[in-house]
Amino acid sequence: MTTLTDEVAAPAEDAAAAKAARGLAYYPGCSLHGTSPEFDESLRAVVEALGIPVAEIPDWNCCGASSGHTTDHLLGVALPARNLALAEAQGFDRVLAPCAACYNRLASARIAVAEEDGLAERMPEILGRPFANTVEVFNAVQLLHEYGPLIEEKVAASLAEPNPLHGVKLAAYYGCLLVRPPELSRDDDPEQPMQMDDIINACGADDVEWNMKVECCGGAFSVSRTKSVVRLGRSIVEDARRNGAEAIVVACPLCHSNLDLRQKAMTERGEQPLPILFITQVVGLALGLPAETLGLGRHFVATEPLIKDLVARAEVRVAEEKRLQAEAEAKAAARAAKRAEAEKAKAAEGGGDAAPAVPKAEATPADDAPEAGGDA
Amino acid sequence: MTSSTPHLATEIEAETGINPATCYQCGKCSAGCPMASESDLRPHQVMRLVMYGSRERALQDETIWLCLTCETCSARCPNGCDPARVIDALRELARESGQANMPRNIGAFHKAFLEQIRTNGRLHEMGLVMDYKLKTGDLMKDVTNAPGMFARGKLNLRADRIDGVNEIKRIFEQCGVTP
Amino acid sequence: MSRIGVFVCHCGENIARTVDCAKVAETLKDHPGVAVAEDYKYMCSDPGQALVKKAIEENNLTGVVIAACSPHMHEKTFRRAADQAGLNKFMCEMANIREHCSWIHEDKDEATAKAIDIGRTIIEKVKHNRPLETIKIPVTKRAMVIGGGIAGIQAALDIADGGHEVILVEKEASIGGHMSQLSETFPTLDCSQCILTPRMVEAFQHPNIKLHTWSEVEKVDGYIGNFEVTVRKKARSVDQDLCNGCGDCFGVCPSKKIPSEFEAGLGNRTAIYVPFPQAVPNQPVLDRVNCTLFKGRRKGLAKDACGKCKEACLKGAIDYDTEDTFVTEEVGAIVIATGFKLYDIGKDQPDGLKGYGEYGYGEVPDVIDGLQFERLASASGPTAGAILRPSDGKEPKTVVFVHCVGSRDPEKGMSYCSKICCMYNAKHAMLYKHKVHDGRAVAFYMDIRAAGKGYDEFSRRAIEEDHAEYIRGRVSRIFRDGDKVKVWGFDTLSGEQVVIDADMVVLATAIRPNDGVKELAQKLSVSVDADGFINEAHPKLRPVETNTAGVFVAGACQSPRDIPDAVAMASATSAKVLGLFSSDELEREPAVAIVNEQTCIGCMRCELVCPYGAIEQREVCTVDGHVCGHTAYVNPGVCQGCGTCQAVCLSKSVELQTFTDEQIFSEINALCAWE
Repeated sequence: MTTLTDEVAAPAEDAAAAKAARGLAYYPGCSLHGTSPEFDESLRAVVEALGIPVAEIPDWNCCGASSGHTTDHLLGVALPARNLALAEAQGFDRVLAPCAACYNRLASARIAVAEEDGLAERMPEILGRPFANTVEVFNAVQLLHEYGPLIEEKVAASLAEPNPLHGVKLAAYYGCLLVRPPELSRDDDPEQPMQMDDIINACGADDVEWNMKVECCGGAFSVSRTKSVVRLGRSIVEDARRNGAEAIVVACPLCHSNLDLRQKAMTERGEQPLPILFITQVVGLALGLPAETLGLGRHFVATEPLIKDLVARAEVRVAEEKRLQAEAEAKAAARAAKRAEAEKAKAAEGGGDAAPAVPKAEATPADDAPEAGGDA
Repeated sequence: MTSSTPHLATEIEAETGINPATCYQCGKCSAGCPMASESDLRPHQVMRLVMYGSRERALQDETIWLCLTCETCSARCPNGCDPARVIDALRELARESGQANMPRNIGAFHKAFLEQIRTNGRLHEMGLVMDYKLKTGDLMKDVTNAPGMFARGKLNLRADRIDGVNEIKRIFEQCGVTP
Repeated sequence: MSRIGVFVCHCGENIARTVDCAKVAETLKDHPGVAVAEDYKYMCSDPGQALVKKAIEENNLTGVVIAACSPHMHEKTFRRAADQAGLNKFMCEMANIREHCSWIHEDKDEATAKAIDIGRTIIEKVKHNRPLETIKIPVTKRAMVIGGGIAGIQAALDIADGGHEVILVEKEASIGGHMSQLSETFPTLDCSQCILTPRMVEAFQHPNIKLHTWSEVEKVDGYIGNFEVTVRKKARSVDQDLCNGCGDCFGVCPSKKIPSEFEAGLGNRTAIYVPFPQAVPNQPVLDRVNCTLFKGRRKGLAKDACGKCKEACLKGAIDYDTEDTFVTEEVGAIVIATGFKLYDIGKDQPDGLKGYGEYGYGEVPDVIDGLQFERLASASGPTAGAILRPSDGKEPKTVVFVHCVGSRDPEKGMSYCSKICCMYNAKHAMLYKHKVHDGRAVAFYMDIRAAGKGYDEFSRRAIEEDHAEYIRGRVSRIFRDGDKVKVWGFDTLSGEQVVIDADMVVLATAIRPNDGVKELAQKLSVSVDADGFINEAHPKLRPVETNTAGVFVAGACQSPRDIPDAVAMASATSAKVLGLFSSDELEREPAVAIVNEQTCIGCMRCELVCPYGAIEQREVCTVDGHVCGHTAYVNPGVCQGCGTCQAVCLSKSVELQTFTDEQIFSEINALCAWE
């Protein structure tokens, strides 16, 4: 228990403890409150399951997305900066912005304020609130990648339940906003990123090697220039399918809505549609969270057939494993019984040195007779 | 171009810190541009017009509004030119000088988007789409998707308005942006 | 009392444009100690020099100040003139009123005033000059050439033919360098091996050339004319005196799957190997990293895991227990010819480079580099000269050649142009079309840089006669698509995106200085540029010398070079070396430090800071021969006159003969006194 006197006595320690308890500032962004509630739901479920405390930034505002910086560079910095200032005021030093577009804007604003002449000084005046630019920004992929070992451990531990993701082929699609400009990809490779692939593998699924990982899906043109989105999305979906993917995994609501909502228009020859999953939904499934909790029913490309198929495959796999295990056990038992019988027989014959005879008898029963005879 | 108008390259450099003369026209940006097949000008040609000071062509071309800001061009540019940032700056200049020739749809989208933010602090996607439809007159487009969106809990009917909406208005004012 | 002559040069208009030279002369004429002051349009010309000489003789001058250009330009000229007029040449000094004044100022009045000030400082300095003698040092007339590629071979042969001994040091098992890997050479398409191997043999058999292969320079001591180089002869495990090159050893070696460096990874070699059949010397080395026996020894196995090569060797030449040995060679001159390596197309990059993820990081098997293509096209290569792609051995029907990968790319590669790629790409396209008649060769380029005799004609021939399709634009992405390699490019001339389904892609990667050059440069006290290439002493006038006297540079270790360039440079170094060896003694300017043994306290701080290792401790003896202390001693042969020792000396006992404290203070005083 922290008492008032403790707080006075050890403010630094207490601040650290308070910070740890508060965990990450959470910036959901408009899409997670609007068109992609399943990203929000699955993220919250997954961080809870992994024991990562998150707290939504109170009174956050829209980051401006592409319309902001497309219209005015300064506006494109100031809108996201207000959110960083809010998190800072709450004492956070890390913000989780799961939406790739929000992540991109928040992280870019942080870089712009740090690097562009005079921006750091002007920002408090523009925002009308203090701003020291001290908060680091993370996206869902970076966060889950950090927790990769824990995910792997938990997935392994819950093997009592068959992991439906075991062996499923998933194509990790990063798009633009997680990897460009290249400094935003941080530890990952901007041309051939692997962090989402690593998470997929940690979940027991198999990542697919494919070519469209970092190509653009058409982003914000979903509404205003649908034909471009359909053209770009088609090449992404087709490449994933050609390389054996059973679903595409994303971490961006824009990519999701382009590939999910518009996929019908992209498929011309009646191919099976490819479900588009959020990376948080993939982790949730591996952790055994229920489909409803993860918002898997909210997609336009139905996820149920895939999930049903996966569950069925998992059941078959488990049954097969059980059968093999039973078979192996039966074999072992049979071997043991035979060994016991042979020993008994030998004991009955009052046989001399039984030791060499036993393995021989087991390996080649045909040899048994003469040798036993010799012994006799 | 009047004598008082600065060279476009000078103006872009002042705004972005990027010296357009660093572009050596290799075309790597255009080779990877996802919108190259749909636009008149390709990123390296935009850079060329800026370098050359061809103000009207650069600012009035529709291309700068077709940029997805995917930044593939900038990420792969061998000489650090950042065409995406230059195109951002050109859009700003085009709007300020009243020469913007943005496709009606895209302009309406950005306008509706920013109005949403200015009035609510957050984006209300339903409101955005309604506003966009009114602006473009394209009332029937995507209507077939709406029930599906609604059924999947992807369309909120009620707009979220933040408490600090006045702060947002201040930011717009401070940046000199009126949607 | 000094009688100094001041001579102000107009340098045509170079000085006179911004400096009133007549006024400078007139003003300085009244400076104390000045006997005569004149100005002239070209002081360095014959009449100008005559004017100086005449003034010396007529006025019995004790010192001369030439107010003109940089001493780097004409100090020697005027000192020679002074010498001819009977004045000790070190009594003549330059006052730089060109580079330090006229070229960098615009206002004539201010520039003139500054020129007068500069003149005054040097006049005051010359008052304290003492007559000095040049330093004479002996010359060892043997040269060392480091690197046995075409540049090193050429330099060695030229020096050896000039009648002097040459030590040729090569770190690989054979001399020959990259040129031995090439198929045919531009612009004549003659076979690389056919023109190179005779030169290799000639070097090997030359009575004046001593070869150390599988060897590296360990340590360099000494100075021009008197270097002492320690060479590490890496353990070869093969006795070169006994080995007759029969090849029985590598025939029986069980490790057969080691990627061959010579084949650029497209073929394999054994652990005991000669790099290629025409190797010189034609004697194998044992690669201990990959050898089964040595792997076992490293694991600590009690019994050797192999030993087949030793069993097979009828000459008994193989010895697993040899160790690195060191030999010391005394030489008078050193030529650096360590060559180049290619920008690595792989993912793991040295030196903080980023590599090309958009081109697949070299992980797409049918995306290769230029040297790999050379091996595919070479009659001695892994495919015996047939163009077959690495993944499935099929003949590629569409090959894309990409220029400037890692070159002219400050973001991910090198900012410079690698110079030779335009030509070898044209050659590759041609060779491919000559071998695959129905094939399509597509080259993506930024500019075609084909400056050289017959070069542009050659690259045009690739386009016009062999119908290589040249597309002006860089490539954005290269990736594997089924059994094709997809190339996304752009034709900036037609303004169209270009997508090509290629069967094989050849990346013309940047030329970089070879590994280990920086360390070698350090041992030789020569500098390298930001990209790691050896710096020449002057980019125009001293292109094959380095900033260390007696050390020369040839070939691609100085900047990207093609074969003719490298050979020309090598011959130029040999001319420099032979010039150096043409006399028994070397003359050096006395711009060196000397120690006053009377006041030196022997603290040896100077020895610690001397960057050239020119200072050593010397014993001081009494008259009857007893050691009574020690002082510092500067070896005038090694000292480069930098003055660092002078700055740290506690007892003010060491100073540069040509820049004494007295002289420097006089210069400063001159500036203060006449303001």
